[in-house]
This record gives sequence, structure tokens and C-alpha cells, in this order.
Amino acid sequence: MAELDHEHGLHLLRQMVRIRRLEDKSAELYGAQKIRGFLHLYNGEEAVAVGVIETLRPEDCVVATYREHGQALARGVSMKAIMAEMFGKQEGCSRGRGGSMHLFDASTRFYGGNAIVAGGLPLAVGLALADKMQGRSVVTCCFFGDGAVQEGEFHESMSLASLWKLPVLFVCENNLFAMGVPLERSEPVPNLAKKADAYAVPAATVNGMDVLAVETQAHKAVAHVRSGKGPYFLECITYRFRAHSMFDAELYRKKEDVERWRQQDPIVHLAGVLKERGLVTDAQIKQLEREADAQIAEAVAYADAGTLEPLEDLTRFVYSEQGAS
Amino acid sequence: MSVQTLVQTQAAPATVELTYREAVREAMREAMRRDERVFLMGEDVASYGGCFAVSKGLVDEFGPERIRDTPMAESVFTGAGIGAAMNGMRPIVEIMTVNFSLLALDQILNNAATLLHMSGGQFNVPIVIRMATGAGKQLAAQHSHSLENWFAHIPGLKVLSPATVEDARGMLWPALQDPDPVLIFENPLLYNMKARLPAEGVQVDIARAKVRRVGNDVTILAYSASLFKALDAAEMLAKEGISADVIDLRVLRHLDDETYLKSIAKTHRVVIVDEGWKTGSLAAEICARIVEQAFYELDAPVERVCTAEVPLPYAKHLEEAALPSPERVVAAVKKAVSNHG
Repeated sequence: MAELDHEHGLHLLRQMVRIRRLEDKSAELYGAQKIRGFLHLYNGEEAVAVGVIETLRPEDCVVATYREHGQALARGVSMKAIMAEMFGKQEGCSRGRGGSMHLFDASTRFYGGNAIVAGGLPLAVGLALADKMQGRSVVTCCFFGDGAVQEGEFHESMSLASLWKLPVLFVCENNLFAMGVPLERSEPVPNLAKKADAYAVPAATVNGMDVLAVETQAHKAVAHVRSGKGPYFLECITYRFRAHSMFDAELYRKKEDVERWRQQDPIVHLAGVLKERGLVTDAQIKQLEREADAQIAEAVAYADAGTLEPLEDLTRFVYSEQGAS
Repeated sequence: MSVQTLVQTQAAPATVELTYREAVREAMREAMRRDERVFLMGEDVASYGGCFAVSKGLVDEFGPERIRDTPMAESVFTGAGIGAAMNGMRPIVEIMTVNFSLLALDQILNNAATLLHMSGGQFNVPIVIRMATGAGKQLAAQHSHSLENWFAHIPGLKVLSPATVEDARGMLWPALQDPDPVLIFENPLLYNMKARLPAEGVQVDIARAKVRRVGNDVTILAYSASLFKALDAAEMLAKEGISADVIDLRVLRHLDDETYLKSIAKTHRVVIVDEGWKTGSLAAEICARIVEQAFYELDAPVERVCTAEVPLPYAKHLEEAALPSPERVVAAVKKAVSNHG
């Protein structure tokens, strides 16, 4: 794992700021009706995607949910392609076929963007099964929310991955609400890491607002998984600062609660740690914010200038256009 | 081996008698020998040998890594097949019956059928999912339904339904060669059926229906076990001077319109036999296609012989009454041929 020095600290901060700024811009563009459909923003949860993905290798696989802009960016999917995707343009990372909830990118082994709660878990188990059967030392990292833990597919996937000792890192982004239902009203055992015991899967719970803590714990988890010992369950306690989606009046939580969590803002937190240790300066932080904004402006311009797929291509990609290899 | 037998062997290609069950097993064995990426997983496929004994013995040859018993968890083992297919393997997933496949429907529809499209063509899913379908063994309402039509509704999937031993033997390999998900529906009533096939090189075109009997007066369309009811009916009708074209649809998605429309252009009358429920059935879809594409060829309304709209009952006489039978096919054909438009 990289030492926390100037370069690494700045890198983590940059990754989180890029996500935050992208999300804020996306909300604005949603209001301007440039982005349509459902839009689920990641504000507040950035430390989870950044801290975990930092510990992966290029050959590893990532499976995410419909709130996946953060994972995609952290994984290295092009911001331009993400924005073009949300604009429904064929330059998008899914050619405009997926939208915000279905970002895909084969070049970074980013397997979506799954909008069925827990629907990505069996897929992750299968990706890992293929790696194990082919003798590759590859980790499949599967992100999902606390809501997914309520689904049968969570149980089935944890069980099978453990039984077959498959290299899956299960990352539960526990933001305390499944849409608007708080965990204590949907889970008899709200300590989610405890559930892993039932499947003989080692687990840890980490403060998901602290990217350094997430990175440290994820590093251990990934090492366990890569060593061939089987899956690992990493619960990251986090909080979403924005609404569930753009259709959410947030009737289920108090403004004071959101405010209290905002005091733990992962970006502010990391910036504070880095400054305290003398690793970065305010000027450097300002600089990376400007860079992020410039990248976003470039991405928006790219998406705006993007082209619509011709209507005669409507039924493409239902079946493969070339034979199997 | 004597010189004489050697000459005989060369003269006639070697054949082998197989049951439908053995044909599926041999197809899997051949695929696993030819391609090390192919493996089988599902409930009880290894030590039990498959709930219908289809995979019996395969674990002895290929070991538990490639013949994988799974937990009772249709969703994850189907989803795992999908993930493995996307990551370099060629899985065959066996689901005991179509009724159980509903527990994996999320994975089949929301992942297998959509990932290629949602990813803009980046991730294809070369998986084969085999399952049993159909009634006739007094297994009641949770083991007997014919839901292949539900899957044939879904763009992104291909759906096959082998009725003959030859098709059971020959459809798997091309299905595994297909870059996209292929579902193969096997009717357990057929597993003991025998036929003599070439020992090697059985090839089946998984894009085309097949004419199984040639006639002039009426076209009977059927697939899977219903094919044999249609053929029995054709035999009964022949004795009364009515000759039937019997077409085995065998490819349920994509339907091979050309083959049956060609027959209808000759006979001008059509009866569709489908073990699904009539409402929203595959027979309904085919009927609509005939009306759209061959309305003016018809000399009589399209007849459909389907299963009674009831969850399939246990008692033998009730189950039999619910299902298509040769007699019901004969009656439908007589109605069609007696109608002179």
C-alpha cells in the first residue's frame, strides 16, 4: 500500500474532488434537462469508492450499482465518456444505451452499473469463478448498498463465493437507508458485518467517511482475497448527502441529521489531515479543484458536441455482431 | 478386426443407438473434450448425475471442477454462469425445471439478455442454460408448466427446443459457439426415446425449423414433445385421406417464419400445437405472424391446440385432459380442412 506522502495524499483528494464536482455538475445538468432518466448521486460516499479502488490492480474486475459514477471515475473510466453517456450520446461509455445507471467500460474491466438491487452480486461471483478456474490471480470487487443485503441474491452470493472460495471482495456501502427506509426498520440485525459470519466470510467494518481508513482496510481485504483464501466482506459506514435520486423529497430524514453527517465530509476530512501533516497546502487544493472543474467543463463540452446514434442502429447490440471467440 | 469387417466399417459410417438423455450427455461430453472452457453447473449434476440422470458419469471423466454441484440457489448459480461467460468461460447451466428458472429470472432477463445492449456492445454473454419443461409425468402445478414462451419473448436470448434425439445431440455445440445466451428446453418425456445416429458429426442448424412429415392438405406446427402428438395425428389423418405437413419449430427464438410460411402457401390451412396456455402463447405469436404475412393464403381460420388454462393438476385423467393430444390435433385439423372459407 502506498505511503501517505504528498503525492498519494493529493491523489486521493483529487479523486474524491473529481467525483464530488462531477456529481454537483450532474445535478445541475439534470435540472437543465441535459441528463434525464434516474440520477443517483454519490456525494458524501466518495471515500468508499476511492479508498477501495485504490487498492485494486488494472486486471481486477469491478461490479457496481446504479449509484456508480464515483466507482467509474475512481476506476479510470473517462469522465468525457461518462458525461456523454448521461447525455445519451453515442460517444458515451455505453454508447448512450445505458445512461447514468449503466456505465460500462471493458478497458478498465468495469462491469456496470447494475440497477437491480443485488443483481450484480451473482455476476461478480461468476467473474471470480472464471478467474479461479483459469488460474488467474484476479480480484472481483463488488459494490452494493445496505439495501442489497436484504435481497436473497446477497445470501446466495455470499454463500456460494465462500463455499467455492472465490476471489470476490464484497463492499457494502452502508449509507443507513435503503432508499428511504432506515436500516433499523429493514434489518433485524443492523450490524451487517455480523452476517458474514453465517457464511464463514471474514469481515470488517470501517468508517466510510475516512478514505485512509477505507484504503487501509481494503488493502488487507484485497490481500486476503488475492491470496486465494476466498471472499471478504467489507462494510463501509457512510452517508449520502444528497437525495436518493432526483425524485426524492427526503421526507424520511431530518435536515439536522444530514448536517451532522456533513460535518464528517470525507473530502474536508482528508484535506484537514493532509494539511495538518504538512503534506499539502491550500493553494495545492485550490489548484486540484480548478483542474477538476476544467476536466468537467471539458467533459460537458464533449458530451454537448457528441452525436446521437442513428436511428437505424436502434436494434444493434441485442445480439453480437461477430461470432464467439 | 478382420479385413471384411474393416471394409464394412468403411462402407457405412459408424452409427450408434442413443436415448435422448444419452444424446444430451454425449453432446456435453464432446463439448467438454473439445473446449476446456466448457463446464456444467447446477443442482445435483455431479454425484447424483442430474435429477433426470442426464449428466450421469460426467463427473468421473471431468471431475468436480467442471461438473459442479451447486447449492439450491438458482439465482446465484445462473448469475455466476453469466459472469463466468463474460470472463472467458463457456458455462452450461442446468436448471432442474422451467418452474425453478423463475427464481433465476432476474439474472436471465436483467443480466444475460441485457448486458450486451446496456454496455453498448462491450460485454457479450456466451452462456447456455438447459432446463426441463413440459407436463405428462403427473408432477402437478410446480413442475409441469411450459414457459419457454416467456423466454422467447425476450430480445437478447435465443431459445431452442430439441424434440428429436438428433437435435438433442446436435444443438448443444452450435449453442456453445454462439456469442450470446442460448436457452435449451428439454422435455423429460423424451429422455428415454431412442434413435440411431451417426457416431460423430451430428450437426444441427439452430436457426431453422425442420419439416418432419410432408403432406398437402394442412400444416401442423409443433415443437418438443408435442411434435410426436402432431406426428401421431398426421398418421391417423392419413388413414382418412388427409395428408399433413408436420413442421418441428425447434427454434423458438428466433422463429423461422420462412419454413412454415412456405408450407402454408402449399396447404392453406394450419393447426398450431403448443403445450403452453393459449392466452399469450407462442401459438398466439405464430398465429399473428401468419395473419400478418400470409393472410390471403389461408382458406380457413388458424386452429390452436394448447393446454387448458389451469395450473396442471396431479391426477392422471385431469392432466391428460388438460394437455394437447393427437385426438385434439385430429379434431382441429378436421375443422380446418372442412372449412372452405
